[in-house]
Amino acid sequence: MNRHLLSAADLTRDDALLVLDTAAELAAVSDRSVKKLPTLRGRTVVNLFYEDSTRTRISFEVAAKRLSADVITFSAKGSSVSKGESLKDTALTLQAIGADAVVCRHHASGAPHTLSRWVEGSVVNAGDGTHEHPTQALLDAYTMRARTGRLEGLRVAIVGDVLHSRVARSNVLLLATLGAEVTLVSPPTLLPLGVDAWPAETSYDLDAVLPKTDVVMMLRVQRERMGAAYFPSEREYARRYGLDAARMAALPDEAIVMHPGPMNRGMEIAAEVADSVRSTIVDQVANGVSVRMAVLYLLLAGGQTADQGRGGAA
Amino acid sequence: MSLSASRPQPAAPWPPSSRRPVTGDRAAARAVLGDAEVGRVLARIAHEILERTSGDLDRLVLLGIPTRGVSLARRLGALCERFEGRPVRVGSLDVTMYRDDLALRGVRALAATDLPVDGIDGDTVVLVDDVLFSGRTVRAALEALNDVGRPREVQLAVLVDRGHRELPIRADYVGKNLPTSLSETVHVLLTEHDDRDAVLLGPAAFGGPDPTGPAA
Repeated sequence: MNRHLLSAADLTRDDALLVLDTAAELAAVSDRSVKKLPTLRGRTVVNLFYEDSTRTRISFEVAAKRLSADVITFSAKGSSVSKGESLKDTALTLQAIGADAVVCRHHASGAPHTLSRWVEGSVVNAGDGTHEHPTQALLDAYTMRARTGRLEGLRVAIVGDVLHSRVARSNVLLLATLGAEVTLVSPPTLLPLGVDAWPAETSYDLDAVLPKTDVVMMLRVQRERMGAAYFPSEREYARRYGLDAARMAALPDEAIVMHPGPMNRGMEIAAEVADSVRSTIVDQVANGVSVRMAVLYLLLAGGQTADQGRGGAA
Repeated sequence: MSLSASRPQPAAPWPPSSRRPVTGDRAAARAVLGDAEVGRVLARIAHEILERTSGDLDRLVLLGIPTRGVSLARRLGALCERFEGRPVRVGSLDVTMYRDDLALRGVRALAATDLPVDGIDGDTVVLVDDVLFSGRTVRAALEALNDVGRPREVQLAVLVDRGHRELPIRADYVGKNLPTSLSETVHVLLTEHDDRDAVLLGPAAFGGPDPTGPAA
Protein backbone atom coordinates (compact mmCIF):
# COMPACT_ATOMS: atom_id res chain seq x y z
CA MET A 1 0.00 0.00 0.00
CA ASN A 2 1.43 3.32 -1.03
CA ARG A 3 1.33 6.56 0.86
CA HIS A 4 -1.85 7.41 -1.04
CA LEU A 5 -4.99 5.44 -1.79
CA LEU A 6 -5.89 6.51 -5.31
CA SER A 7 -6.98 3.27 -6.96
CA ALA A 8 -8.17 -0.11 -5.79
CA ALA A 9 -5.41 -1.49 -8.02
CA ASP A 10 -2.81 0.05 -5.66
CA LEU A 11 -3.74 -2.57 -3.07
CA THR A 12 -2.06 -5.95 -2.99
CA ARG A 13 -4.02 -8.87 -1.65
CA ASP A 14 -2.20 -8.56 1.69
CA ASP A 15 -2.88 -4.82 1.86
CA ALA A 16 -6.57 -5.30 1.13
CA LEU A 17 -6.93 -8.07 3.72
CA LEU A 18 -5.06 -5.94 6.26
CA VAL A 19 -7.59 -3.13 5.70
CA LEU A 20 -10.53 -5.54 6.06
CA ASP A 21 -9.10 -7.22 9.19
CA THR A 22 -8.28 -3.85 10.77
CA ALA A 23 -11.80 -2.62 9.98
CA ALA A 24 -13.26 -5.73 11.62
CA GLU A 25 -11.45 -4.92 14.88
CA LEU A 26 -12.33 -1.22 14.66
CA ALA A 27 -16.02 -1.99 14.15
CA ALA A 28 -16.26 -2.75 17.88
CA VAL A 29 -15.47 0.90 18.64
CA SER A 30 -18.80 1.93 17.12
CA ASP A 31 -20.58 -0.22 19.73
CA ARG A 32 -18.85 1.37 22.72
CA SER A 33 -20.18 4.25 24.76
CA VAL A 34 -16.92 6.14 24.17
CA LYS A 35 -16.65 5.98 20.36
CA LYS A 36 -13.18 7.42 20.22
CA LEU A 37 -9.60 6.25 19.86
CA PRO A 38 -6.62 8.56 20.47
CA THR A 39 -4.58 7.20 17.56
CA LEU A 40 -4.58 10.20 15.19
CA ARG A 41 -4.54 12.91 17.84
CA GLY A 42 -2.88 16.01 16.45
CA ARG A 43 -3.27 14.96 12.81
CA THR A 44 -5.31 17.03 10.38
CA VAL A 45 -7.59 15.44 7.79
CA VAL A 46 -9.08 17.68 5.12
CA ASN A 47 -12.21 16.53 3.32
CA LEU A 48 -12.00 18.20 -0.07
CA PHE A 49 -15.31 17.70 -1.84
CA TYR A 50 -15.78 19.18 -5.30
CA GLU A 51 -18.86 17.07 -5.90
CA ASP A 52 -21.99 16.49 -3.85
CA SER A 53 -21.92 13.61 -1.43
CA THR A 54 -23.82 12.53 1.65
CA ARG A 55 -22.62 9.10 2.65
CA THR A 56 -18.94 9.33 1.74
CA ARG A 57 -18.34 12.76 3.21
CA ILE A 58 -20.11 12.02 6.49
CA SER A 59 -18.48 8.61 6.68
CA PHE A 60 -14.96 9.99 6.28
CA GLU A 61 -15.71 12.77 8.74
CA VAL A 62 -16.97 10.35 11.40
CA ALA A 63 -14.07 7.96 10.75
CA ALA A 64 -11.46 10.68 11.19
CA LYS A 65 -13.18 12.04 14.31
CA ARG A 66 -13.39 8.59 15.91
CA LEU A 67 -9.60 8.42 15.53
CA SER A 68 -9.26 11.87 17.19
CA ALA A 69 -7.96 13.63 14.07
CA ASP A 70 -8.87 17.26 13.46
CA VAL A 71 -11.25 17.37 10.51
CA ILE A 72 -11.76 20.24 8.11
CA THR A 73 -14.56 19.74 5.62
CA PHE A 74 -14.26 21.80 2.53
CA SER A 75 -16.95 21.90 -0.12
CA ALA A 76 -16.42 23.57 -3.46
CA LYS A 77 -19.66 25.45 -2.87
CA GLY A 78 -19.06 28.22 -0.40
CA SER A 79 -15.28 28.25 -0.84
CA SER A 80 -12.87 30.14 -3.08
CA VAL A 81 -13.40 27.46 -5.73
CA SER A 82 -16.64 29.20 -6.60
CA LYS A 83 -14.51 32.32 -7.19
CA GLY A 84 -12.45 30.37 -9.73
CA GLU A 85 -9.54 29.09 -7.64
CA SER A 86 -7.68 26.25 -9.34
CA LEU A 87 -7.10 22.80 -7.86
CA LYS A 88 -3.40 23.57 -7.61
CA ASP A 89 -3.88 26.75 -5.63
CA THR A 90 -6.29 24.96 -3.33
CA ALA A 91 -3.71 22.20 -2.90
CA LEU A 92 -1.03 24.73 -1.99
CA THR A 93 -3.38 26.22 0.58
CA LEU A 94 -3.95 22.78 2.13
CA GLN A 95 -0.20 22.22 2.10
CA ALA A 96 0.37 25.51 3.90
CA ILE A 97 -2.05 24.67 6.70
CA GLY A 98 -0.35 21.29 7.17
CA ALA A 99 -2.91 18.71 6.12
CA ASP A 100 -1.73 15.19 6.97
CA ALA A 101 -4.36 13.66 4.71
CA VAL A 102 -6.59 15.01 1.98
CA VAL A 103 -9.74 13.05 1.22
CA CYS A 104 -10.68 14.18 -2.26
CA ARG A 105 -13.85 13.82 -4.28
CA HIS A 106 -13.81 15.45 -7.69
CA HIS A 107 -15.99 15.39 -10.80
CA ALA A 108 -12.88 15.02 -12.98
CA SER A 109 -11.33 11.58 -13.29
CA GLY A 110 -7.73 11.65 -12.10
CA ALA A 111 -8.00 14.81 -9.96
CA PRO A 112 -6.87 13.06 -6.72
CA HIS A 113 -3.93 11.58 -8.63
CA THR A 114 -2.87 15.03 -9.77
CA LEU A 115 -3.44 16.39 -6.28
CA SER A 116 -1.12 13.75 -4.82
CA ARG A 117 1.80 15.34 -6.68
CA TRP A 118 1.16 18.70 -5.07
CA VAL A 119 0.66 17.88 -1.41
CA GLU A 120 2.97 16.21 1.09
CA GLY A 121 0.25 14.41 3.01
CA SER A 122 -1.61 11.27 2.01
CA VAL A 123 -4.34 11.60 -0.60
CA VAL A 124 -7.36 9.34 -0.39
CA ASN A 125 -9.55 9.13 -3.47
CA ALA A 126 -13.16 9.46 -2.35
CA GLY A 127 -14.52 9.19 -5.88
CA ASP A 128 -13.15 10.86 -9.02
CA GLY A 129 -15.45 11.29 -11.99
CA THR A 130 -16.17 7.99 -13.67
CA HIS A 131 -12.81 6.56 -12.62
CA GLU A 132 -12.48 5.05 -9.14
CA HIS A 133 -13.85 4.96 -5.61
CA PRO A 134 -11.50 2.62 -3.73
CA THR A 135 -12.93 2.97 -0.21
CA GLN A 136 -16.37 2.06 -1.55
CA ALA A 137 -14.89 -1.13 -3.02
CA LEU A 138 -13.23 -1.89 0.31
CA LEU A 139 -16.45 -1.43 2.27
CA ASP A 140 -18.31 -3.54 -0.29
CA ALA A 141 -15.73 -6.33 0.05
CA TYR A 142 -15.95 -6.00 3.84
CA THR A 143 -19.75 -6.31 3.69
CA MET A 144 -19.56 -9.33 1.39
CA ARG A 145 -17.09 -11.06 3.68
CA ALA A 146 -19.13 -10.23 6.79
CA ARG A 147 -22.38 -11.50 5.26
CA THR A 148 -21.20 -14.52 3.29
CA GLY A 149 -18.05 -15.43 5.23
CA ARG A 150 -15.74 -15.53 2.22
CA LEU A 151 -14.39 -13.65 -0.79
CA GLU A 152 -12.37 -16.33 -2.56
CA GLY A 153 -14.53 -17.81 -5.31
CA LEU A 154 -17.52 -15.61 -4.42
CA ARG A 155 -19.70 -15.01 -7.51
CA VAL A 156 -20.48 -11.29 -7.76
CA ALA A 157 -22.73 -9.71 -10.39
CA ILE A 158 -22.38 -5.94 -10.84
CA VAL A 159 -25.46 -4.73 -12.67
CA GLY A 160 -26.31 -1.54 -14.49
CA ASP A 161 -24.52 1.63 -15.53
CA VAL A 162 -20.97 0.26 -15.56
CA LEU A 163 -19.86 2.92 -18.04
CA HIS A 164 -20.26 5.82 -15.62
CA SER A 165 -19.55 3.87 -12.45
CA ARG A 166 -16.38 4.42 -10.45
CA VAL A 167 -17.83 1.97 -7.93
CA ALA A 168 -17.91 -0.80 -10.55
CA ARG A 169 -14.35 -0.17 -11.72
CA SER A 170 -12.91 -0.15 -8.18
CA ASN A 171 -14.93 -3.21 -7.22
CA VAL A 172 -13.79 -5.19 -10.24
CA LEU A 173 -10.14 -4.39 -9.51
CA LEU A 174 -10.35 -5.14 -5.78
CA LEU A 175 -12.52 -8.24 -6.08
CA ALA A 176 -10.16 -9.70 -8.70
CA THR A 177 -7.28 -9.13 -6.26
CA LEU A 178 -9.25 -10.88 -3.54
CA GLY A 179 -10.17 -13.88 -5.69
CA ALA A 180 -13.88 -13.27 -6.33
CA GLU A 181 -15.46 -13.96 -9.73
CA VAL A 182 -17.10 -10.83 -11.11
CA THR A 183 -19.68 -10.64 -13.90
CA LEU A 184 -20.69 -7.24 -15.25
CA VAL A 185 -24.30 -7.17 -16.42
CA SER A 186 -25.36 -4.20 -18.47
CA PRO A 187 -26.88 -3.09 -21.75
CA PRO A 188 -24.15 -2.94 -24.42
CA THR A 189 -24.34 0.85 -24.51
CA LEU A 190 -23.48 1.10 -20.81
CA LEU A 191 -20.34 -1.05 -20.90
CA PRO A 192 -17.11 0.96 -21.21
CA LEU A 193 -14.76 0.61 -24.16
CA GLY A 194 -12.02 -1.89 -23.40
CA VAL A 195 -14.07 -3.75 -20.82
CA ASP A 196 -12.75 -7.03 -22.26
CA ALA A 197 -9.39 -6.17 -20.66
CA TRP A 198 -10.99 -5.98 -17.18
CA PRO A 199 -10.63 -9.02 -14.93
CA ALA A 200 -14.37 -9.75 -15.22
CA GLU A 201 -16.93 -11.53 -17.39
CA THR A 202 -19.64 -9.54 -19.14
CA SER A 203 -23.25 -10.35 -19.91
CA TYR A 204 -26.27 -8.55 -21.34
CA ASP A 205 -28.77 -10.94 -19.77
CA LEU A 206 -29.53 -10.38 -16.08
CA ASP A 207 -31.99 -13.29 -15.81
CA ALA A 208 -29.35 -15.76 -17.01
CA VAL A 209 -26.78 -14.53 -14.46
CA LEU A 210 -28.91 -14.25 -11.30
CA PRO A 211 -29.26 -17.99 -10.46
CA LYS A 212 -25.45 -18.32 -10.50
CA THR A 213 -24.78 -15.35 -8.23
CA ASP A 214 -23.90 -15.03 -4.52
CA VAL A 215 -23.83 -11.24 -4.47
CA VAL A 216 -25.74 -8.91 -6.76
CA MET A 217 -24.63 -5.29 -6.70
CA MET A 218 -27.01 -2.85 -8.35
CA LEU A 219 -25.54 0.39 -9.72
CA ARG A 220 -27.32 3.70 -9.87
CA VAL A 221 -28.21 4.95 -13.33
CA GLN A 222 -26.22 8.18 -13.37
CA ARG A 223 -28.47 10.49 -15.26
CA GLU A 224 -26.31 13.50 -14.40
CA ARG A 225 -23.45 12.01 -16.41
CA MET A 226 -25.56 10.98 -19.40
CA GLY A 227 -25.43 13.39 -22.28
CA ALA A 228 -26.85 10.94 -24.81
CA ALA A 229 -29.58 8.29 -24.98
CA TYR A 230 -28.07 5.04 -23.69
CA PHE A 231 -31.37 3.17 -23.54
CA PRO A 232 -34.79 3.74 -25.08
CA SER A 233 -36.71 4.57 -21.90
CA GLU A 234 -36.39 4.30 -18.15
CA ARG A 235 -39.27 1.85 -18.13
CA GLU A 236 -37.54 -0.43 -20.57
CA TYR A 237 -34.32 -0.23 -18.56
CA ALA A 238 -36.15 -1.13 -15.36
CA ARG A 239 -37.87 -4.06 -17.08
CA ARG A 240 -34.64 -5.54 -18.40
CA TYR A 241 -32.04 -4.55 -15.80
CA GLY A 242 -33.99 -3.56 -12.68
CA LEU A 243 -33.99 -5.88 -9.65
CA ASP A 244 -37.58 -6.53 -8.56
CA ALA A 245 -39.04 -9.15 -6.22
CA ALA A 246 -39.52 -11.72 -9.00
CA ARG A 247 -35.88 -11.46 -10.05
CA MET A 248 -34.70 -11.56 -6.44
CA ALA A 249 -36.54 -14.89 -6.07
CA ALA A 250 -34.32 -16.30 -8.82
CA LEU A 251 -31.22 -15.76 -6.66
CA PRO A 252 -29.77 -18.62 -4.59
CA ASP A 253 -31.13 -18.72 -1.02
CA GLU A 254 -28.09 -17.19 0.69
CA ALA A 255 -27.44 -14.48 -1.92
CA ILE A 256 -27.30 -10.83 -0.85
CA VAL A 257 -28.30 -7.62 -2.61
CA MET A 258 -26.04 -4.56 -2.47
CA HIS A 259 -26.30 -0.97 -3.67
CA PRO A 260 -23.72 1.78 -3.13
CA GLY A 261 -26.43 4.45 -2.87
CA PRO A 262 -28.00 6.80 -3.57
CA MET A 263 -30.76 4.59 -4.97
CA ASN A 264 -33.31 5.31 -7.65
CA ARG A 265 -36.11 3.21 -6.17
CA GLY A 266 -38.24 1.75 -8.92
CA MET A 267 -35.52 2.22 -11.51
CA GLU A 268 -32.56 -0.12 -10.94
CA ILE A 269 -33.94 -1.51 -7.68
CA ALA A 270 -37.51 -2.02 -6.49
CA ALA A 271 -38.40 -0.62 -3.06
CA GLU A 272 -39.40 -4.06 -1.73
CA VAL A 273 -35.96 -5.41 -2.71
CA ALA A 274 -34.09 -2.48 -1.19
CA ASP A 275 -35.93 -3.00 2.11
CA SER A 276 -35.73 -6.80 2.15
CA VAL A 277 -33.65 -8.85 4.59
CA ARG A 278 -31.24 -9.71 1.78
CA SER A 279 -30.39 -6.07 1.26
CA THR A 280 -27.11 -4.94 2.86
CA ILE A 281 -27.56 -1.28 1.96
CA VAL A 282 -27.71 -0.05 5.56
CA ASP A 283 -24.85 -2.39 6.59
CA GLN A 284 -22.75 -0.92 3.82
CA VAL A 285 -23.07 2.57 5.27
CA ALA A 286 -22.19 1.39 8.80
CA ASN A 287 -19.27 -0.68 7.52
CA GLY A 288 -18.05 2.34 5.56
CA VAL A 289 -17.09 4.09 8.80
CA SER A 290 -15.03 1.11 10.04
CA VAL A 291 -13.30 0.65 6.69
CA ARG A 292 -12.43 4.34 6.40
CA MET A 293 -11.11 4.33 9.97
CA ALA A 294 -8.88 1.41 8.95
CA VAL A 295 -7.65 3.24 5.84
CA LEU A 296 -6.88 6.44 7.75
CA TYR A 297 -5.17 4.49 10.53
CA LEU A 298 -3.01 2.50 8.11
CA LEU A 299 -2.08 5.51 5.99
CA LEU A 300 -1.50 8.01 8.76
CA ALA A 301 -0.67 6.42 12.10
CA GLY A 302 2.62 4.88 11.05
CA GLY A 303 3.89 7.71 8.93
CA GLN A 304 5.37 10.95 9.99
CA THR A 305 3.32 14.08 10.31
CA ALA A 306 3.10 16.45 7.37
CA ASP A 307 5.80 18.64 8.88
CA GLN A 308 8.27 15.80 9.38
CA GLY A 309 7.46 13.98 6.17
CA ARG A 310 8.80 16.51 3.71
CA GLY A 311 10.83 14.90 0.99
CA GLY A 312 9.55 11.38 1.73
CA ALA A 313 9.30 8.98 -1.18
CA ALA A 314 5.89 8.67 -2.79
CA MET B 1 7.20 4.52 1.67
CA SER B 2 5.49 1.20 1.42
CA LEU B 3 2.96 0.25 4.00
CA SER B 4 3.44 -3.44 3.48
CA ALA B 5 7.09 -3.06 4.39
CA SER B 6 6.16 -1.71 7.81
CA ARG B 7 3.54 -4.37 8.48
CA PRO B 8 4.42 -7.07 10.95
CA GLN B 9 5.93 -9.76 8.79
CA PRO B 10 5.86 -13.41 9.88
CA ALA B 11 9.62 -13.30 10.35
CA ALA B 12 9.53 -10.30 12.67
CA PRO B 13 6.24 -9.57 14.39
CA TRP B 14 6.03 -6.70 16.71
CA PRO B 15 7.11 -5.78 19.35
CA PRO B 16 10.47 -7.29 18.74
CA SER B 17 11.45 -8.01 22.32
CA SER B 18 8.87 -10.66 23.10
CA ARG B 19 6.52 -11.43 20.23
CA ARG B 20 9.02 -12.81 17.77
CA PRO B 21 9.20 -16.56 17.24
CA VAL B 22 12.63 -17.86 17.99
CA THR B 23 14.17 -18.57 14.63
CA GLY B 24 17.88 -17.97 15.21
CA ASP B 25 20.53 -19.84 17.11
CA ARG B 26 19.01 -20.97 20.37
CA ALA B 27 22.34 -22.12 21.73
CA ALA B 28 23.19 -18.48 22.36
CA ALA B 29 20.09 -18.10 24.53
CA ARG B 30 19.86 -19.29 28.12
CA ALA B 31 16.63 -20.77 29.46
CA VAL B 32 15.75 -18.79 32.57
CA LEU B 33 12.54 -20.70 33.18
CA GLY B 34 11.73 -24.13 31.76
CA ASP B 35 8.48 -26.00 31.21
CA ALA B 36 7.92 -27.03 34.82
CA GLU B 37 8.91 -23.65 36.25
CA VAL B 38 6.51 -21.71 34.04
CA GLY B 39 3.69 -23.93 35.31
CA ARG B 40 4.72 -23.46 38.95
CA VAL B 41 5.12 -19.71 38.57
CA LEU B 42 1.64 -19.37 37.05
CA ALA B 43 0.13 -21.49 39.83
CA ARG B 44 1.74 -19.20 42.40
CA ILE B 45 0.46 -16.06 40.64
CA ALA B 46 -3.04 -17.56 40.47
CA HIS B 47 -2.93 -18.20 44.24
CA GLU B 48 -1.68 -14.66 44.85
CA ILE B 49 -4.47 -13.19 42.74
CA LEU B 50 -7.07 -15.20 44.71
CA GLU B 51 -5.47 -14.12 47.97
CA ARG B 52 -5.36 -10.43 47.04
CA THR B 53 -8.95 -10.44 45.78
CA SER B 54 -10.18 -12.50 48.77
CA GLY B 55 -11.69 -15.05 46.39
CA ASP B 56 -14.28 -12.57 45.12
CA LEU B 57 -14.36 -14.21 41.69
CA ASP B 58 -17.59 -12.53 40.59
CA ARG B 59 -15.80 -9.20 40.52
CA LEU B 60 -12.55 -10.47 39.00
CA VAL B 61 -11.65 -10.08 35.30
CA LEU B 62 -8.35 -11.25 33.82
CA LEU B 63 -7.52 -9.24 30.68
CA GLY B 64 -4.61 -10.44 28.57
CA ILE B 65 -2.62 -8.11 26.33
CA PRO B 66 -2.12 -9.75 22.89
CA THR B 67 -0.50 -11.97 21.89
CA ARG B 68 1.02 -14.05 24.68
CA GLY B 69 -0.62 -12.13 27.50
CA VAL B 70 -3.97 -13.51 26.30
CA SER B 71 -2.72 -17.10 26.55
CA LEU B 72 -1.31 -16.38 30.01
CA ALA B 73 -4.61 -14.83 31.12
CA ARG B 74 -6.48 -17.94 29.92
CA ARG B 75 -4.11 -20.20 31.85
CA LEU B 76 -4.40 -18.10 35.00
CA GLY B 77 -8.18 -18.16 34.63
CA ALA B 78 -8.18 -21.95 34.34
CA LEU B 79 -5.93 -22.23 37.41
CA CYS B 80 -8.13 -19.90 39.50
CA GLU B 81 -11.14 -21.96 38.46
CA ARG B 82 -9.40 -25.19 39.46
CA PHE B 83 -8.39 -23.78 42.87
CA GLU B 84 -11.75 -22.20 43.70
CA GLY B 85 -14.16 -24.41 41.73
CA ARG B 86 -15.83 -21.45 40.07
CA PRO B 87 -15.22 -19.85 36.67
CA VAL B 88 -13.32 -16.56 36.30
CA ARG B 89 -13.99 -14.11 33.49
CA VAL B 90 -11.11 -13.88 31.01
CA GLY B 91 -10.74 -11.52 28.05
CA SER B 92 -8.27 -9.68 25.90
CA LEU B 93 -7.45 -6.01 25.45
CA ASP B 94 -5.65 -4.85 22.31
CA VAL B 95 -3.70 -1.67 23.00
CA THR B 96 -2.30 -0.96 19.52
CA MET B 97 -4.45 2.11 18.90
CA TYR B 98 -3.26 3.59 22.22
CA ARG B 99 0.48 3.12 21.71
CA ASP B 100 2.74 6.16 21.78
CA ASP B 101 5.23 4.71 19.30
CA LEU B 102 3.09 4.07 16.19
CA ALA B 103 4.72 6.92 14.30
CA LEU B 104 8.14 5.64 15.35
CA ARG B 105 7.64 2.01 14.46
CA GLY B 106 4.95 2.01 11.81
CA VAL B 107 1.43 0.68 11.86
CA ARG B 108 0.62 -2.92 12.57
CA ALA B 109 -2.35 -5.22 12.37
CA LEU B 110 -4.76 -5.01 15.27
CA ALA B 111 -5.48 -7.93 17.58
CA ALA B 112 -8.87 -8.77 19.01
CA THR B 113 -10.32 -7.00 22.03
CA ASP B 114 -12.68 -9.35 23.80
CA LEU B 115 -14.35 -7.99 26.93
CA PRO B 116 -16.88 -9.66 29.25
CA VAL B 117 -20.41 -9.08 27.93
CA ASP B 118 -21.48 -7.37 31.14
CA GLY B 119 -18.54 -4.96 31.00
CA ILE B 120 -15.87 -4.23 33.58
CA ASP B 121 -17.49 -1.43 35.59
CA GLY B 122 -16.85 -1.89 39.30
CA ASP B 123 -14.67 -4.97 38.77
CA THR B 124 -11.11 -5.76 39.75
CA VAL B 125 -9.26 -6.02 36.45
CA VAL B 126 -5.95 -7.86 36.35
CA LEU B 127 -3.97 -6.98 33.22
CA VAL B 128 -1.80 -9.88 32.11
CA ASP B 129 1.29 -9.59 29.89
CA ASP B 130 4.32 -11.74 29.25
CA VAL B 131 7.19 -9.27 29.72
CA LEU B 132 7.24 -6.00 31.64
CA PHE B 133 9.92 -3.75 30.16
CA SER B 134 9.56 0.00 29.53
CA GLY B 135 6.01 0.10 30.90
CA ARG B 136 4.68 1.77 27.76
CA THR B 137 2.42 -1.13 26.83
CA VAL B 138 0.86 -1.00 30.29
CA ARG B 139 0.38 2.75 30.02
CA ALA B 140 -1.44 2.19 26.71
CA ALA B 141 -3.51 -0.57 28.33
CA LEU B 142 -4.57 1.74 31.18
CA GLU B 143 -5.71 4.33 28.67
CA ALA B 144 -7.58 1.70 26.65
CA LEU B 145 -9.30 0.45 29.82
CA ASN B 146 -10.40 3.98 30.55
CA ASP B 147 -12.34 4.04 27.28
CA VAL B 148 -14.18 0.75 27.83
CA GLY B 149 -15.31 1.10 31.41
CA ARG B 150 -14.52 2.09 34.97
CA PRO B 151 -13.00 -0.79 36.93
CA ARG B 152 -12.90 -0.50 40.72
CA GLU B 153 -9.26 -1.49 40.69
CA VAL B 154 -6.61 -2.37 38.12
CA GLN B 155 -3.72 -4.72 38.86
CA LEU B 156 -0.89 -6.03 36.72
CA ALA B 157 0.43 -9.57 36.41
CA VAL B 158 3.52 -10.38 34.31
CA LEU B 159 5.50 -13.55 33.76
CA VAL B 160 8.82 -11.70 33.58
CA ASP B 161 9.90 -8.28 34.82
CA ARG B 162 13.10 -7.42 33.03
CA GLY B 163 13.54 -3.91 34.42
CA HIS B 164 14.40 -0.71 32.50
CA ARG B 165 11.14 1.05 33.24
CA GLU B 166 10.56 4.37 31.46
CA LEU B 167 7.33 5.16 33.32
CA PRO B 168 6.23 4.97 36.97
CA ILE B 169 4.60 1.55 36.58
CA ARG B 170 5.09 -1.62 38.63
CA ALA B 171 3.57 -5.08 38.57
CA ASP B 172 1.40 -6.52 41.38
CA TYR B 173 2.24 -10.12 40.48
CA VAL B 174 5.62 -11.04 39.02
CA GLY B 175 6.57 -14.52 37.84
CA LYS B 176 10.27 -13.82 37.75
CA ASN B 177 12.38 -10.74 38.25
CA LEU B 178 15.03 -10.95 35.58
CA PRO B 179 17.90 -8.44 35.69
CA THR B 180 18.87 -7.73 32.07
CA SER B 181 20.99 -5.32 30.12
CA LEU B 182 19.34 -3.26 27.39
CA SER B 183 21.30 -5.14 24.75
CA GLU B 184 19.75 -8.46 25.77
CA THR B 185 16.45 -9.89 24.55
CA VAL B 186 13.87 -11.83 26.51
CA HIS B 187 11.69 -14.37 24.73
CA VAL B 188 8.64 -15.96 26.29
CA LEU B 189 7.67 -19.21 24.62
CA LEU B 190 4.24 -20.69 25.30
CA THR B 191 2.91 -23.96 23.92
CA GLU B 192 -0.12 -22.11 22.48
CA HIS B 193 2.26 -20.33 20.05
CA ASP B 194 5.60 -22.15 20.24
CA ASP B 195 6.91 -25.68 20.68
CA ARG B 196 7.25 -25.46 24.49
CA ASP B 197 6.96 -23.29 27.61
CA ALA B 198 10.12 -21.37 28.40
CA VAL B 199 11.62 -17.97 29.12
CA LEU B 200 14.83 -17.41 27.19
CA LEU B 201 17.44 -14.72 27.78
CA GLY B 202 19.85 -14.09 24.95
CA PRO B 203 22.06 -11.50 23.27
CA ALA B 204 20.40 -8.87 21.11
CA ALA B 205 21.01 -10.67 17.83
CA PHE B 206 19.39 -13.95 18.76
CA GLY B 207 16.12 -14.95 17.26
CA GLY B 208 15.95 -12.49 14.40
CA PRO B 209 16.70 -8.89 13.50
CA ASP B 210 17.92 -6.46 16.14
CA PRO B 211 15.27 -5.08 18.42
CA THR B 212 14.99 -1.37 17.89
CA GLY B 213 14.61 -0.57 21.55
CA PRO B 214 12.44 -1.11 24.59
CA ALA B 215 8.96 -2.10 23.54
CA ALA B 216 7.22 -4.33 26.06
